Amino acid sequence: MKYDVVVVGGGPAGLGAAVEAKKHGANKVLIIERDRELGGILNQCIHNGFGLHEFKEELTGPEYANRFIKMVEENDIDYMLNTMVLSIEDKKIIALGEKGLIDIEAIAIVLAMGCRERTRGAIDLAGYRPAGVYTAGAAQRFMNMEGYMVGKKVVIYGSGDIGLIMARRMTLEGAKVEAVVEVNPHSSGLTRNIVQCLDDFDIPLLLQHGITYVHGKDRVTGVTISKLDSNRNPIEGTDREIECDTVLLSVGLIPENELSSDTGVELHNTTKGPVVNNKMQTNVDGVFACGNVVHVHDLVDFVTKESRIAGRNAALYVLNKIENNETVETEAGDGIGYIVPQQIDTKLGEEVNLFMRVRNIYSNRKLVVRDGDEIILQKKRPHMIPSEMENLKLSAELIKNLKGNISVCVEEA
Amino acid sequence: MFDVAVIGAGVVGASIARELSKYNLSTVVLEKGVEVCQATTKANSAIIHGGYDAVDGTLKAKLNVKGNEMYEDLCNELDVHFKRIGSLVVAFSEEEMETVKDLYDRGINNKVKGLEILNKEQIKEIEPNISDEVIGALRCKSAGIVCPFNLTVALMENAIVNGVKLNTESEVTNISKDEYFNIETKKGNIQAKYVINAAGLYADKINEMIGGDEYYIISRKGEYRVLDKSEGSIVNHVLFQCPTKKGKGVLVTPTVHGNVLLGPTAEEVKDPEDVSITKSGLSFLTKNAKKSIPSIDLSKTITSFSGVRATPNTKDFMIFASSKAKGFINVGGIESPGLSAAPAIAEYVIDILKEEGLNFEAKADFNPYRKKDKPFSNMNNEERKEAIKKDIRHSKIICRCETTTEAEIIDAIHRPAGARTVDGVKRRVRPGMGRCQGGFCGPRVVEILARELNLDMEDVLKDYENSKMILGKVKESRGEKIEI
Repeated sequence: MKYDVVVVGGGPAGLGAAVEAKKHGANKVLIIERDRELGGILNQCIHNGFGLHEFKEELTGPEYANRFIKMVEENDIDYMLNTMVLSIEDKKIIALGEKGLIDIEAIAIVLAMGCRERTRGAIDLAGYRPAGVYTAGAAQRFMNMEGYMVGKKVVIYGSGDIGLIMARRMTLEGAKVEAVVEVNPHSSGLTRNIVQCLDDFDIPLLLQHGITYVHGKDRVTGVTISKLDSNRNPIEGTDREIECDTVLLSVGLIPENELSSDTGVELHNTTKGPVVNNKMQTNVDGVFACGNVVHVHDLVDFVTKESRIAGRNAALYVLNKIENNETVETEAGDGIGYIVPQQIDTKLGEEVNLFMRVRNIYSNRKLVVRDGDEIILQKKRPHMIPSEMENLKLSAELIKNLKGNISVCVEEA
Repeated sequence: MFDVAVIGAGVVGASIARELSKYNLSTVVLEKGVEVCQATTKANSAIIHGGYDAVDGTLKAKLNVKGNEMYEDLCNELDVHFKRIGSLVVAFSEEEMETVKDLYDRGINNKVKGLEILNKEQIKEIEPNISDEVIGALRCKSAGIVCPFNLTVALMENAIVNGVKLNTESEVTNISKDEYFNIETKKGNIQAKYVINAAGLYADKINEMIGGDEYYIISRKGEYRVLDKSEGSIVNHVLFQCPTKKGKGVLVTPTVHGNVLLGPTAEEVKDPEDVSITKSGLSFLTKNAKKSIPSIDLSKTITSFSGVRATPNTKDFMIFASSKAKGFINVGGIESPGLSAAPAIAEYVIDILKEEGLNFEAKADFNPYRKKDKPFSNMNNEERKEAIKKDIRHSKIICRCETTTEAEIIDAIHRPAGARTVDGVKRRVRPGMGRCQGGFCGPRVVEILARELNLDMEDVLKDYENSKMILGKVKESRGEKIEI
């Protein structure tokens, strides 16, 4: 089997990239999806709030996915379901699916495998390992796609968006969510989710608290929580036990890059995703990446934006229209956790969106972009939090005149 | 009426059952758990020790060395992954070097094969990531690693194929003896001429049922960390630290599946069911593992677990025919190196039974082999194509992290002594063992178990008796009904 562009992953990133690749002249485009349907994790996100940027309306996850699935159909893009890519070597893909083991040759590949959730092991959760400890996403799948309740009396650990959404979801289904416990002094989720999922339902958010013990050998019977000091150590005398049958973990997401690294793609230490340039190109020739596999986004709309760039450039690569010119690096300065893309091709003649996360909560500051020592852009920000991704647009004009590496810092306004 | 009833389906009980199945005897195994391998056997270092550690002259020393020698043949017969990768006891000071020399001498006394003392350069050559502080080590080439779950499952499966009966969820509640033993269990009564007490953490309680008081069990908990396969090549041998007055140190070892295992702690606990993980235990492991391998990346921890070992107060395995009731054999206090010694323990028990008057007549049609397909993840592409031709369900990957196919899970459920729980499936064919820890495949495994065992989704268990995964259907708590 031979394709121009093969997209690994049929979630929002993969769908967006495939549609865009087709639109920009790639003839044969294939999406390989390991699950039973296209749409990825959006299928289990039956709440609304998707598409405000992209479609200027509020859609549910499946609705958002469906718009792209329709575009895939309309554009005659091939896809394989229940198919998993086992390896990629020199743009030869071996995948396993309903038809058995298949070899696929691609001219360009777009990696769009998304991310997975951090687990109890990764956070050294103390206590027993009973039934009833789930990642928020697994619980979401059980409830929204399979129709089963994972618990009735719930404590949520971590205030990531999926956890917050599940707090509301389980409440609506008659479960009692006792608390959301967050080790940081600030929530890890979007402000709108704190308001709409916790505040509206009187679910307490306990900041700077940790679950110090999970009780129950067979099934969860409760958790001990404690207030934490600034070093995240439990403060003596603040322990209290909350009775519950379920603990949901919403403690972060990790881009799924085992396939990428096996393929030789260089990964970034902070994002845990591929190092990419403004064409969403990785260090491996003809291999592009987009979406949560590159860095974890908080809005699917941004994933779509990014996947369009990857898809378009994959098509240009196929058409031999992609040029690789000199690049400059982007550097995360004071107050910034990471910036994507990590490299910018200055001759591309296009505006560039820099996606980044700040390290802390900041009020009344500005984001300052420097080319070497020279300030080339600054934007005031009344409020910035790590859980809401920042986006800075650098005009084509600015990019064209870049002389050296560029850095972004948080500074006093 | 059975000739022999074995209490406990851990690695010791399963080894004995399989040994008994070589003879024309009727044997039943009584297991309190939902399936085999649910207590001490499921949570240990998974190491086949050389045998230099046990004090000379003890039963432990004798059965460890003999058991170790039996492992290759046993694992070949049962199609179980065993790797003789060798071990190192590393010394970081002259004082520890003395211990290394003592262990060497003890090993020679115990007739351990493949012992040598290495200097720093020799160690660095075979373990490049080891701390620069190392000055010497005892190498034991005969030490190895095994998968204790698969071994136990394979032993029991082979025993069943050869006629042994396995009764799960059959906790023994009382034993009395008239002419024969009458064993009361939670699932009815069993009569047997001989009883083998391989009840692990509860062996002393079972022994008490016939008036025995020769030993008691101290529950000793050990906590472990498991690191992702991405760290798999950081160590090549089972790496022990020198035992000191402060403790036995922390070992770092590869597993047969390519992960890295760190552990254990050692803490006496009152409750034999205390398999909890503690913050202090985990940080102890972190600190001490870094002493051996400074570059080890603990952020690659994918899970942690703890197991409870049945330490006898007598400091040696308690394997003997009871004087309180003829025909009752204790196999108690099987702490480390119990896994290594298990095959030898089984033979030793047969000898005791012979002395006790049980008549052994070899079974003409005993089948020593248990065949299992290579894990799909280990197959090359040609083998994969063949496997799919035989069973199309191999083309469906359920566990992304470990590349486990649906066919493998179904097979694990339907084999003799097959999986009954989510963790049982995990221990046999690994969905949920990987870096996502079942986040993606968990719901799929529950669904397959329910389908294959003809259970409601709500009745699928994680591991133990009361460990339901799901608590009803959505809408039900609001009084609505839905059909799924």
